[in-house]
Amino acid sequence: MAKIKFNLNHKDVEVELDPSTRLIDVLREHFGLKGVKEGCGEGSCGACVVLLDGYSVNSCLLPLANVEGHEVITIEEFSKTKRFEVLKEAFADEGATQCGFCSPGMIIAGESLLSHNPHPTEEEAREALSGNLCRCTGYQSIVHAVLEASKKGEGLW
Amino acid sequence: MSKYPTSVKKVDFPEKISGKAKYADDFVFPDMQYAKTVRSTIPCGKIKKITVPKLPDGYYWISAKDIVKENVVNIIFSDWPVFADGRVNYCGEAIGIFVGEDKAILDKLCEEIKVEYEPETPIYDFSEAYISKGYKKGDYEAAKKKAKQVVRRTYQTGYQEQAYIEPQGLVLYYDESGKMTITGSMQCPFYVKRAVMRTLGLKDDEVRVIQPAVGGAFGGKEHYPSLIGAQLATASYKIHKPIKMVFERYEDIAYSTKRHPSKTEMEALIDENKNIIGIKSKVSLNGGAYKGCSGVVLSRALIAATNAYVIPNLDISGDVYRTNTVPTAAFRGFGSPQTIFAMEMFIHHIAKEIGVDPLELRMKYLAKQGDITANSGKFHDPIVLDKLFEKAMEMSDYKRKIAEYSKPGSLRGIGMSCFLHGCGFTGSGESDIIHAKVKVSKDENDHVTCYASSVDMGQGCRTTLKHIVAKNLGLPDDEVEMDYPDTDKTPDSGPTAASRTIIIVGFLMEKAAKNLKKIWKKGVAQEIIEPYVGPSYIHWDEETMQGDAYPSYSWGVNVVEVEFSPVTFEITLKGVWSVYDVGRVVDERIAVGQADGGVLQGIGYGFMENETCVDGKFKQRSLSDYIIPTTMDVPHMETAFIDNPFIYGADGAKGMGELTLVGGAPAVALAIENAIGKEIHKIPATPEYIMEVLKDGKN
Repeated sequence: MAKIKFNLNHKDVEVELDPSTRLIDVLREHFGLKGVKEGCGEGSCGACVVLLDGYSVNSCLLPLANVEGHEVITIEEFSKTKRFEVLKEAFADEGATQCGFCSPGMIIAGESLLSHNPHPTEEEAREALSGNLCRCTGYQSIVHAVLEASKKGEGLW
Repeated sequence: MSKYPTSVKKVDFPEKISGKAKYADDFVFPDMQYAKTVRSTIPCGKIKKITVPKLPDGYYWISAKDIVKENVVNIIFSDWPVFADGRVNYCGEAIGIFVGEDKAILDKLCEEIKVEYEPETPIYDFSEAYISKGYKKGDYEAAKKKAKQVVRRTYQTGYQEQAYIEPQGLVLYYDESGKMTITGSMQCPFYVKRAVMRTLGLKDDEVRVIQPAVGGAFGGKEHYPSLIGAQLATASYKIHKPIKMVFERYEDIAYSTKRHPSKTEMEALIDENKNIIGIKSKVSLNGGAYKGCSGVVLSRALIAATNAYVIPNLDISGDVYRTNTVPTAAFRGFGSPQTIFAMEMFIHHIAKEIGVDPLELRMKYLAKQGDITANSGKFHDPIVLDKLFEKAMEMSDYKRKIAEYSKPGSLRGIGMSCFLHGCGFTGSGESDIIHAKVKVSKDENDHVTCYASSVDMGQGCRTTLKHIVAKNLGLPDDEVEMDYPDTDKTPDSGPTAASRTIIIVGFLMEKAAKNLKKIWKKGVAQEIIEPYVGPSYIHWDEETMQGDAYPSYSWGVNVVEVEFSPVTFEITLKGVWSVYDVGRVVDERIAVGQADGGVLQGIGYGFMENETCVDGKFKQRSLSDYIIPTTMDVPHMETAFIDNPFIYGADGAKGMGELTLVGGAPAVALAIENAIGKEIHKIPATPEYIMEVLKDGKN
């Protein structure tokens, strides 16, 4: 057991847990943040990605100890932002959500890309989303949605 | 301006995109327990002794001895036990479950339990047929005497894993009235309900099933949740507490049902004018340890044996084989991806062998309205395959490319498949067996709600079914409600399978809405329960497989372009073009989504997705080694629809969910064949297989 402090969704939090606990379990079970989805538990599918200091990371691979002193943002917080609204509209328009299980992760991966590269090429968008698996859409709508958001959200990123 | 101006807002989109939608694992109930499965470690044998470790307080071991009524999972053919009783028939078969509140303790108990076996010799090959079917058309033997040439090939297809992103899982709890209630990842709430009723001997009003958001299914959640449901219900009988069982990914890939691997031996009879006068096809499917729904999978595989081609003399037969492996079951396409792959490759290989142009040979035998089907029924409805071909060739620049890529030295290849898919249950099953019903009601405030048991597992049926009702009542979409299915409130409109949701359930919704409109009285609560009445001209004999195999067919053409690396033997996708006749499209955005996802799943099946079973165990048990396509693997995809309304479909719509998958594998395999200049006989056409074909001439 150890006391770990980090910033979660813009609030300083402290938890006393085994430091090897997976971040996903801390988020889902301790904080009830169920928008963080577990699809594979081994970093292959990206359904569990969260923003760690602004970059998307698989929360199933990250031990709690590694977030000490860092900032974690989940879909629950990100969905309150203007950037989310732009991504959401683009995903809606393109039909980029079907079963929806990969969607929160796709949104987080899209935000991670656009916040570091506001005007990605299609190739860059495909690469940035390649860690997120989707079995429903064939990806085309998702890639187009992220590119569309980059255009419509001009100035936001 | 929206990309799809005629499409409506997807009802579940806001909750899904923001992470608020609740899937199986997101449900938490007070005093909730977890369940973990103890599985057979051998493929086949008797269970001699089970030594259960000392259980901490509040922990339970549930196994065959706890079965309340019947130790069987209610599937079409019910031979799969809920818990192994005295013997096991595949690696991973459930022997029992541990139930308790701490997952770590459950893991420890699973490690500590000792199961002693008396192993028997397992079967893995096609040697013990446990289901056989067949049919004939014309007189194949007489045609054989007239034939001047006989062409033969054998085709093989591998396992395919559904790889829905949300793993299998259910949660059992008690509703406000204390009734046993099950929620979770499933395709067919009434299947789960009936499975629980049968295993526990419960009456219709003693169990309730409510579907939440489902993270993909593709057939994989058609029957398997019935097993999990029966297990949890058996445990709850003893424990009386909410119980959750959600699979880890390795458990899901290693032990849940997949697509049947197949071998199809084909023979074509050619006359002196280079006409195909007969085809013989013998299909072998690996059914795994239990039959389950394999008989129906075989039936649908055989019906599709000659795909979209009309050939006068046929001898079609097939068997499902028992093996000591994980049972195979439903997967988008349900038998037809295997035989359509074989037929598409075969017609190409026949053309090459008899020296005619493959495209010309295909066009000669394409089905037309009024033609006699393989099963001696009739293609009743208009068929516009010629338009589909024309459009697909124009979009993909097929003719120029095939000429260019067929030149020696080209590393590019292009392949085209054409295909059909039967919509709805086989034959008159919809009218005679399923008896689907839907309900559309309104309250005193004229607020309309529609009810169907069709599960929205991503394909958008909550949006489209609701839209059909709103449109027919002349109301805006947001003035009509449709919730997730709840077996206490929703009539049984049949399973979410067989590409039947829009053509059958949608058709019913349309009729119900029209009937409600006729009797509409302002300010009065009214309801319409609409039972299915299918086309009266559909007649089918399941025993002889003669008659109209389906109420209707959807059609498609896929073109795939690839590039081959002579260094790594890898294949890169360069373009995908698809044209479909799904009757009339209800919602274009949703339809394009089905098209993109389906064709990619089919293409993945053709060259990428590799699941191998060695000594009864799958070698690939994670999404790192069972590879499905990622954003990096997908090229530009373009889809078009040709309007061809069907009179018994909702606003003219036919089925499309499965159609979009079945042509991907042959199209990519033919593209690879075009690129490497050698015949492909097996999928997935992995780099290893391509290397064998090129270096050793082993197809």
